[in-house]
Amino acid sequence: MPTQTLAGTSVEVNDEGFFVDAHAWTKEMATEIADEVGVPTPLTDRHWTVIDLMRSEYFAKGTGPTVRKISKLSDVSTKELFVLFPKGPAKLAARVAGIPKPKGCI
Amino acid sequence: MTNTRQLPPAPLHPTIEKVSIIVSKGSLEGIYPALIMANGARNEGIEANLFFTFFGMDAVHQQRHDHIKVAAVGNPGLHVPTLAGMIPGASALMTKYMEKQIEKLDFPGIAEFIEMIHDTGAGLYACLASVELFGMEREDLIDELDGIITIGEFYEMAAGGQIIFT
Repeated sequence: MPTQTLAGTSVEVNDEGFFVDAHAWTKEMATEIADEVGVPTPLTDRHWTVIDLMRSEYFAKGTGPTVRKISKLSDVSTKELFVLFPKGPAKLAARVAGIPKPKGCI
Repeated sequence: MTNTRQLPPAPLHPTIEKVSIIVSKGSLEGIYPALIMANGARNEGIEANLFFTFFGMDAVHQQRHDHIKVAAVGNPGLHVPTLAGMIPGASALMTKYMEKQIEKLDFPGIAEFIEMIHDTGAGLYACLASVELFGMEREDLIDELDGIITIGEFYEMAAGGQIIFT
């Protein structure tokens, strides 16, 4: 497994850059990852609403939510999600939140 | 004369950057997969455009897009004899069943799905030839539609990407 140094700590990631262990993630790493994957920084409260949701859903259900789920579970609309995380919201939010890539087709 | 032209090396991890999906059928099974593909593309960060032509235009028709039905006849995958599929109400029954399944999985219905895809930034276009052929007007089609375009404009828009016909 490749490793990546984020906020001064070495973490294990998979070939696509997703965290292998979501517990290894800290809030301080989020901005660094966001810059790397093209999510506009500084991260806003709206970004954090999504990041927190990604993590809580992942720990509760074993997989992060898809775009449709995020928009249903929060007050962040599909349109806004594509502004916050432009190139694939669920995928990029999962990257920034330090969880594996969400599974789901819709 | 020897040809010395060199092809550029293939990328190590090829990616799809753009898809243009043509929807030509007006049945649930003709439309829904195309919508999943368009929505999925956007969620992967891939540029996506949907082109509705012929009966596929029902998916973006004001009065019809909420009443898309499963084909009960000529659909061997349904595993219902053709004669049984002909019984009045068979298609409606099959559609009800399918819609229930869709709802159970918390998947969107066609009208909601199209609106969602529009919100992802995907383009929605109707085919000019089909609009003329069916004597439709812009007002017959949903507001989310980005335009009614010619086949030439379609190819211009699709250039450099993948074209998928369903």
